Amino acid sequence: MEAMLADTAWAVMLIILPLAGGITCFLWPTLSKTLGLITVAGVALSVAGLGRQMMENGVYRHAVGGWGAPLGIDLFADGLSLLMLIMTALVGLGISFYSRNYFKPQEAIWFWPIWLFLLAALNALFLSADIFNLYVTLELVGLAAVALTALTGHRDALNGAMRYLLAMLLGSLAYLLGVALLYHDSGSVDIVTLAEQVKPNATVWAALALMSAGLALKTALFPLSFWLPPAHASAPAPVSALLSALVVKASFYILLRLWLEIFGFFAEGAATLLGLLGMAAILWGSLQALCQTQVKLLVAYSTVAQIGYLFLAFPLASGSDSMIWGVAVYLAFSHALAKSAMFLAAGNLVRFGGHDRIADLDRVVQRLPLTVSAFALAGVSIMGLPPSGGFVGKWLLLEAAMVQGRWDLAAVMMIGSLLAAGYVFKVLGYAFTEAEVSHNAKTVPASMEWAALLLAIGAILLGFMAPEILSLTRMTVSSGAGGAAP
Amino acid sequence: MSNAFLYALVGVGLFSLGFYALIRHVHLLRKILAINVMGSGVFLVLVALAKRTGSALPDPVPHAMVITGIVVAVSATALALILMLKLFAETGQAALSDRRKE
Repeated sequence: MEAMLADTAWAVMLIILPLAGGITCFLWPTLSKTLGLITVAGVALSVAGLGRQMMENGVYRHAVGGWGAPLGIDLFADGLSLLMLIMTALVGLGISFYSRNYFKPQEAIWFWPIWLFLLAALNALFLSADIFNLYVTLELVGLAAVALTALTGHRDALNGAMRYLLAMLLGSLAYLLGVALLYHDSGSVDIVTLAEQVKPNATVWAALALMSAGLALKTALFPLSFWLPPAHASAPAPVSALLSALVVKASFYILLRLWLEIFGFFAEGAATLLGLLGMAAILWGSLQALCQTQVKLLVAYSTVAQIGYLFLAFPLASGSDSMIWGVAVYLAFSHALAKSAMFLAAGNLVRFGGHDRIADLDRVVQRLPLTVSAFALAGVSIMGLPPSGGFVGKWLLLEAAMVQGRWDLAAVMMIGSLLAAGYVFKVLGYAFTEAEVSHNAKTVPASMEWAALLLAIGAILLGFMAPEILSLTRMTVSSGAGGAAP
Repeated sequence: MSNAFLYALVGVGLFSLGFYALIRHVHLLRKILAINVMGSGVFLVLVALAKRTGSALPDPVPHAMVITGIVVAVSATALALILMLKLFAETGQAALSDRRKE
């Protein structure tokens, strides 16, 4: 039994299981809810299995079908990939638990298979080791995400999905052109080989610009974030949670990988530009969130702002602080938990009152105490108050900015937290007061309230696990198994 | 200037042309076609630059990439077209509605 656990190719299971689950859901639509939940639970167990293997043996590499690189496709996992896989599994579990009672039967038969395909694509993306495979998985993620956005078939959802799809395709084509140029320059798509061979020249700079622009568009970095609010606000609540928590992180992960391994060593000017855009994103996104009158749009603009924080890591890391990449991933993890909790809580408010106008929330705190607690706890992490995960991540970023004398970054981070407090309390304030128009409230299933609350509690608990998680991010090829020890 | 380089330049040209059309045109079918032209541009670059080694035989790896890329492009186009039809059925126009007008 012990040997079997250690020998199973968990990374392969992570891709095959949701893919098979998704196809089965299409074949037996009546069973899709049960099948979906079983599959997501199986994926979570496989992540645990992979984590256990990596704790013993260090980084993981699997040559699919026995064909090694450069001809075959390798699956590869180090600390960063493992962390993203854990994030996907945890948030996926919470959202699946929520979706059990959210969708009407005719929507559920589409939601479950597409969500499982999205899960397979995300897992494959985090396990990829070459830039072309990353392109393919990125497209799979994008197509599944667009299909989920359009799920309800309403006018706004279709409009948001179409805009989203065009932005996605434009982003991936720019990325693919960058891949072509990098391949031309060094004759390889394997990230490790590229890292050894790439020397800065005109071709590489063009590739860097194209890939960074394409991925920034997909990650919704200001000013390329125009597609995000309509898509995220018009989708059903569990889908918005998936998009904000996981899908934008996928393209951010690729960008981070490229800079960490290849571009980070020579592209300081470009890193400064990404940092400036990050600062603009924090200010613009937070101000827009503050101006919104609907909960879901407010949460969507908050995502634009929080993505800005992730990009502050680029200028800070070029100041020779490699720890910062781990902090960025940690911050992405805590944002994933908090933001999914926020969107699910917003979904509960919509289900309850039939609308999400902030001014008409009408004493929801008494009627949906768990949902409002979830929103408040998630808000604590988004604002960056202790002891949440958001606090630890932002504190470490702030510390690095101060050590390097980047007062501009530090100031923007603090203003961003202040504005975040403003928009979170704007929602919470109206939750306590009586609205002018009373509405016939519908009941919200307990599982939907608990799913939101558990994810929000997860975002808080993450703050206590910071040392373990940050040491996990240091598990790389060079450090081997030793890097995993907490 | 070698032939391969010329083809690669044409590919970049197609990419830029498609990009311009994507931003410029309002009708969704034109936007979808523009995306496809951009994709063809990238594929042309990949095929042309496969002759990087200078030997008689071109590098087969970019060709395999183009095949994969075509499969991705076909599925993406299919999704885009069905979304456009749904949007047309719902709103009566095959264009993105501007949020400022609402």
